[in-house]
Amino acid sequence: MSSLGERFSELAKPMTRSLFAIVIGLVIGGLVLAIRGYDPVIGFYQLFSGAFFTEIGLASTLSYTTTLLLVGITFGLGMRAGLFNIGAEGQFMMGAMAAVFAGSFSLPPGLGLLVGIIFSMLAGALWALPVAILKVKKGVHEVVSTIMLNWIAFYLCLYLVLGPLFSSGISSTSIQIPSSSRFPLLFGNLSSAIFIAILFAIIVYFIMWHTKLGCKIRAVGFDQESARYMGIKPGRAMMIGFIIGGLAAGLAGGALIMGVPPNYAVDTDLSNIIGYGFAGIAVALIGRNHPLGMIGSAIFFGGLWSGTRSMQIGAHVPAEIVSVIIGIIVICAALPELLDIIKKKIRGRESK
Amino acid sequence: MTLKIPRFLTKKSVLVIILFAIAVTILYIMQSATLNVSSLIMISLPYIVSLGLVAIGEVVNERAGTTNIGLEGMMLLSSFAAVLGAEKAGNWAVGILVGIVASALIGLIHGLISIYAKGDQIISGMGINLFAAGFVAYGIWTIWSPGSHLISPDLGIPRISTPWGGLSWFVPLTIVLALVIHFIFYKTRWGVWIRAAGESPGAVDASGINVFRLRLLACIFGATLAGLAGAFMSLDWNRMTTNTLSAGLGFIALACVVFSGLRPLSALGAAIIFGFFGGLSKWMMGIPQVAAAIPPGIDNFVKMIPYIVTLVAVAVVVSRRRFPKSVGRPYRREEI
Repeated sequence: MSSLGERFSELAKPMTRSLFAIVIGLVIGGLVLAIRGYDPVIGFYQLFSGAFFTEIGLASTLSYTTTLLLVGITFGLGMRAGLFNIGAEGQFMMGAMAAVFAGSFSLPPGLGLLVGIIFSMLAGALWALPVAILKVKKGVHEVVSTIMLNWIAFYLCLYLVLGPLFSSGISSTSIQIPSSSRFPLLFGNLSSAIFIAILFAIIVYFIMWHTKLGCKIRAVGFDQESARYMGIKPGRAMMIGFIIGGLAAGLAGGALIMGVPPNYAVDTDLSNIIGYGFAGIAVALIGRNHPLGMIGSAIFFGGLWSGTRSMQIGAHVPAEIVSVIIGIIVICAALPELLDIIKKKIRGRESK
Repeated sequence: MTLKIPRFLTKKSVLVIILFAIAVTILYIMQSATLNVSSLIMISLPYIVSLGLVAIGEVVNERAGTTNIGLEGMMLLSSFAAVLGAEKAGNWAVGILVGIVASALIGLIHGLISIYAKGDQIISGMGINLFAAGFVAYGIWTIWSPGSHLISPDLGIPRISTPWGGLSWFVPLTIVLALVIHFIFYKTRWGVWIRAAGESPGAVDASGINVFRLRLLACIFGATLAGLAGAFMSLDWNRMTTNTLSAGLGFIALACVVFSGLRPLSALGAAIIFGFFGGLSKWMMGIPQVAAAIPPGIDNFVKMIPYIVTLVAVAVVVSRRRFPKSVGRPYRREEI
């Protein structure tokens, strides 16, 4: 048994690394703000106080957390299986559309919500299936196939939202989810979908760290060749990695449409379902691709997203700065040994 | 007696022949239907140029042993920087230069991360894509107005006038570049070094050549060409800048690289095939008869064509490709 101190130091290293990436992201983001004449201190103060210290802000932060946690799982689980699955964007859109489709039937209360959840998860998995098959059977790298499928999903959803799933009402959106099939709200615009997301994370954690299947998936991700010698079929493990990821991304899309007020529908330009999938990459990397770590990082990134509103109002800073920060954080996460390199450099200078 | 299949009938050559036949048939039908074929070619050319430049650069980079999936972001960043540079200087040439420098700088950072710091190349590349999408949107928001920005006509790169419309100088440039890189690859010492650096970096290192520097130069070169493509996209082709200008072309270029088996002339060939379908989709929507014939909404399926073709083509061909042994793996010296 490892002592508490050992366990703590085991956790401390990845945590300092993640924090370091976040700090660099914020510093460079601040510089980018300063270049255009914004005050980064006021900007970030507005951002974080708006995201965490008001009730409406906190509700919106946790609402973003729901979405980001699930798309984070898509990418993080892929990484654990040795995959670079950046298809969450398309799978998310398909999940959102499937929820709208399910909402177009008039189902009894309760059942409508359940069918919506199931449809959105299946749609996400369906969109991940070609990627998995192409990877396992043909050796097509998932970066190319997922991006192509993301674009195909984009145009397919544009067609659906303007065609079969268009609402002829006054608002120019897709069909709205009937109020009986929505996630009940907790406070502000936070829906109970957050419990489903956290439950999903815990289930993934249990599968990955407490079952044989999870062990096999992680073995394939760690070293495919060794796993093969141990008698594990890498193809199967990768398939499962893609499929669970697709379920998560699809659920994220469905939970957004069925859970986040006031729309409960997809905009005709898809503007309310775009960009979530790629944010999952940063969530997973900062959460060290661990479902429980991702809960923490999803709250952080959720805050970053929800805080843009008050930052825009309070400091007139464009919301796009958050994407800049996320990009820098991901670039920093590519360097797991960044801290060690800097330490070495400093030590080298001291010894001279 | 068994039927002997001629050697040239590989899966890839068959696919190329089929795609070529489809293209010729389409062109023939259009010609007989008195549709404007030359305009289809003119619309396809910018796609071919953008894909070709990026793919040729990435072929060099991957041959030397580094992968870069941040090409999309580099194109985007350069397309924005080029417009900014051109407007500040009042001159398109400066714009191209600024675009290239911006992209090369990001290439340098990617190279330092992947080659010297031995970081994760794929994550770094994806980070570049995310950064670029945010940065360009932020830049356009703060400098001009949210969304997109059109450049004034006098800042656009002049074109060669032909009977079929203006032809970009980038078309001959791309072809010449492909030929030059082909020559360098197979006829010069530099070519041998670059190809060896991806295959067996230890051997190159042992022969006294700095593998790290060679790979870094190849990475910056790839980024430079992506930057050139980006400047072309904003200053010549679209004459505007927006944060969705690249629309997945950087990734289709990656598919071209896979398709080409890392040969520069094949990369250009792949760019011609994939670029044709990009042009076809855009061209179809531009014909009044076609636009009137298809019901509203169906045009989205036409817009999917380039992405579907890329997916299918890569699925058919990719398993036959053999890549250099050390692609994507940072080189570590054994001593120390």
